[in-house]
Amino acid sequence: MWKHTFGWLSLWLVLVTLTGCDGSSQRGEGGVKKVQLLNVSYDPTREFYQEFNESFAAHWKATKNEEVYVEQSHGGAGKQARAVMDGLEADVITLALGYDIDVIAERTKLLPLDWQSKFPKNSAPYSSTIVFLVRKGNPKGIKDWADLEKEGIEIITPNPKTSGGARWNYLAAWGAALAKELGGIEGIRKATPEQRAAADKKARAFIESIFRKVPVLDSGARGATNSFVQRQLGDVLLTWENEAFLALKESGGDQVEVVVPKLSILAEPPVAVVDEYAKKHGTEEIAKAYLEHLYSPQGQQLAAKHFFRPNSAELISTEQMAKFAEVELFQLKDIWGSWAEAQKVHFDDGGIFDQIYQPK
Amino acid sequence: MSVENKHGIQDPLWVRWTLITITIGFVAIFLALPVAIIFAEALKDGWKTYAIALKDPAAWSAIHLTLLVTAISVPVNTLFGLAASWAIAKFEFRGKSLLLTLIDIPFAVSPVISGFIYVLLFGLQGWFGQTLSEWGFKVIFAVPGIVLVTIFVTFPFVARELIPLMQEQGNDEEQAAISLGAKGWQTFFYVTLPNIRWGLLYGVILCNARAMGEFGAVSVVSGSIRGKTATLPLHVEVLYNGFNVPAAFAMASLLALVGLLTLALKTYLEWKVKQQRRELALVNE
Amino acid sequence: MELTLHVSLGEGSCAKQPMSRKRSYSVLPGFGLTMGYTLTYLSLIVLIPLAALIVRAASMSLDQFWAAAFNPRVMASYRITFGTSLVAALVNSVFGFIVAWSLVRYRFVGRKLLDALIDLPFAIPTAVSGIALTAIYDKNGILGHTLFQWGIKSALSPLGICIALTFISLPFVVRTLQPALEEMDGESEEAAMCLGASRWETFRRVIFPALFPSLLTGFALAFARSLGEYGSVVFISGNLPMKTEITSLLIITKFEQHDHLGATAIAIVMLVASFAILMSINGLQWYLAKKLRG
Repeated sequence: MWKHTFGWLSLWLVLVTLTGCDGSSQRGEGGVKKVQLLNVSYDPTREFYQEFNESFAAHWKATKNEEVYVEQSHGGAGKQARAVMDGLEADVITLALGYDIDVIAERTKLLPLDWQSKFPKNSAPYSSTIVFLVRKGNPKGIKDWADLEKEGIEIITPNPKTSGGARWNYLAAWGAALAKELGGIEGIRKATPEQRAAADKKARAFIESIFRKVPVLDSGARGATNSFVQRQLGDVLLTWENEAFLALKESGGDQVEVVVPKLSILAEPPVAVVDEYAKKHGTEEIAKAYLEHLYSPQGQQLAAKHFFRPNSAELISTEQMAKFAEVELFQLKDIWGSWAEAQKVHFDDGGIFDQIYQPK
Repeated sequence: MSVENKHGIQDPLWVRWTLITITIGFVAIFLALPVAIIFAEALKDGWKTYAIALKDPAAWSAIHLTLLVTAISVPVNTLFGLAASWAIAKFEFRGKSLLLTLIDIPFAVSPVISGFIYVLLFGLQGWFGQTLSEWGFKVIFAVPGIVLVTIFVTFPFVARELIPLMQEQGNDEEQAAISLGAKGWQTFFYVTLPNIRWGLLYGVILCNARAMGEFGAVSVVSGSIRGKTATLPLHVEVLYNGFNVPAAFAMASLLALVGLLTLALKTYLEWKVKQQRRELALVNE
Repeated sequence: MELTLHVSLGEGSCAKQPMSRKRSYSVLPGFGLTMGYTLTYLSLIVLIPLAALIVRAASMSLDQFWAAAFNPRVMASYRITFGTSLVAALVNSVFGFIVAWSLVRYRFVGRKLLDALIDLPFAIPTAVSGIALTAIYDKNGILGHTLFQWGIKSALSPLGICIALTFISLPFVVRTLQPALEEMDGESEEAAMCLGASRWETFRRVIFPALFPSLLTGFALAFARSLGEYGSVVFISGNLPMKTEITSLLIITKFEQHDHLGATAIAIVMLVASFAILMSINGLQWYLAKKLRG
């Protein structure tokens, strides 16, 4: 019997080593040193970074003759930020909103408080906005934010507590309601406190009516897309513009269509080097170069290709830019001073989102 | 359908038929159907789903990681199981039932909590996290964390199989061996081990199945670093949540296959143990 | 079949050993070594991590703990988790009984195969069963399709959670009942029939009471298992706070929001509940053993 056991054990060991043989060695061909970077990102950027990482690896090999391998981790932005704080040793973080990176800077010493000034355009190499994804033919006729108030439809959005995209969705909806009440973005800027308070009440009712119609709360934007497209739940998905177009492309274009509302929020997902971890791994220079590559013509091209609005539009051809619809974009600071404030009022424990979910 | 009741009393025919039908129906719907659908979904587009899914290096990393984690946790827990059952079954001491209860704890703890307590220990904000990090050891969000958590979750399996078995077998043979001059280790290897071998294998198989399939606990500590800290069940989740449901089912079917193999082995071993017990009963008469 | 589920045998098992064992531990070597190893390993893997949880919980004030462990959203998750687990355990008690009865007492085509299949939920990873169950019971699933048309929401609802939990905890009832059923000899039944009892009366008054303790144990095990279940539920449930959010998911959510204290508080509540159930199972087993003895 022991012969058999020994035999099985060796088989097991062989299996383990064989399956581990590719991709985990640290030496590239010809004894060239291989550097590893960990990019902790938010949910919908998988496909983009897969291509971008190849582009960067080629670029780095050409300029510095070093092999670099970038590992990816994806998940809801809030969740990823917490993971980094708990010890996920990211060399760079590329999250959905600045607030999550602010929290990391404030609560740990992993990167400086002024991280956002380290890279151009507020450390946001591209921007995006929030749009709708509906079934082909738009049977429920959802064309703009006001249509979300219709009864009898189901809305898919991820959970604002864990997903960055969900928070952009929420604030976009809030802003749209405010704009409707106060007469556009200018109206919001010029409103008196009383007018604003009244409009906020209407906005809150609007948000409540939306969440009443949500049948499932995924933890990240990609999960929500999956629920809408794969599991065919809901009539409309609130999501990133890039995610909507990607879903359209992946599903073959005959099941869903993208509806861009006339007004939406400017979402600027920022990037940062996590200094302490980069220092520890000795990757400071390459991490910085990695993020800078996002601003390069190749980086911006790839961003546009994956439906992100590049921040250096001058580097992109006009036909590529044509696929982005005209949208009137308002910024977060137009409706709510800062992310810290918005987070406190809406998304922290006991905030408005929690209140919406309490029993009446 | 030949239906005899070995207890000698026949239930009326309609009762038997109804109950058997309910049994088959219930098992078919609740147990067989889920397994069938895994393979159905995986093979919906034929074998090429497998080909594409397996071309992904992340899939191989996931398989490798699952195998590695299992290869570590199962032997380690087996060793513990052997030691614990020797101490508990062959000796009398106070606090035995307390010890048995303590060993059973991982069964009572939800897998999510199991993962969480390890983060409390080894996360950056936890007891040992800061120190270990300074020394360059990564536990959470790295392979060691996954291994530890899997060990916790599969901890009792081997012990729980061996303890009652060894208790039933008693000390006679070991005592005989010792009185004939055998040393402790010799007694263990030549007397005890052959007696418990089927129970041992049984426990090892259960431990193995659970280790390969653990999901909740590993979710918490893994960090989902694609290609590095995703075990196969996590990889299935990632695929399912990506635009890749067929591949998710393809990978899931690999795990299901292992599960079915486990079942087959288990049935065989049960039969072997029953045989052994029958022999023991005959000898003891 | 007895091997699949040995619950801690507690006091009962010691009594099973015949009298001649009294001198055993002075003869056999290795007590110190194995005991030492056992205790060390146990402490390192199980006790210290759990201690971390308790210490972290203790660092909260009573008010904080109360607020974190019993606020409305958490209470809703308890209701959902305990409620669905209870339903699943009850369903499994009824059907599990029938299944165990048929497997032990009847012979039919495919019996051995069916018997082996019972352990499927043990062998299949929870994530795999999660996506499989979702594929069946979702709006477009093969069964869900029809169910939804009849107005039965078999996914994204507490019913969906019940279905998943029924799958997961099915083996517990069946495997606990099988040994008990096999051990029953026909004598008491035959005696009852001779004395004129009908088959049903025999069942109600002789057979069922004898099986009841095992049934209860199986029920409790199924219940305890369902409480902590995560992987097979999160795909089918919808995860809506207050409506279909189970407690284990809530712990993870709190953890992901960096609310470690909140997660700790909830975890403590769940641990206490699980231990209470484990204790009562042990007590039940001890009582069972006592009855057998005397």
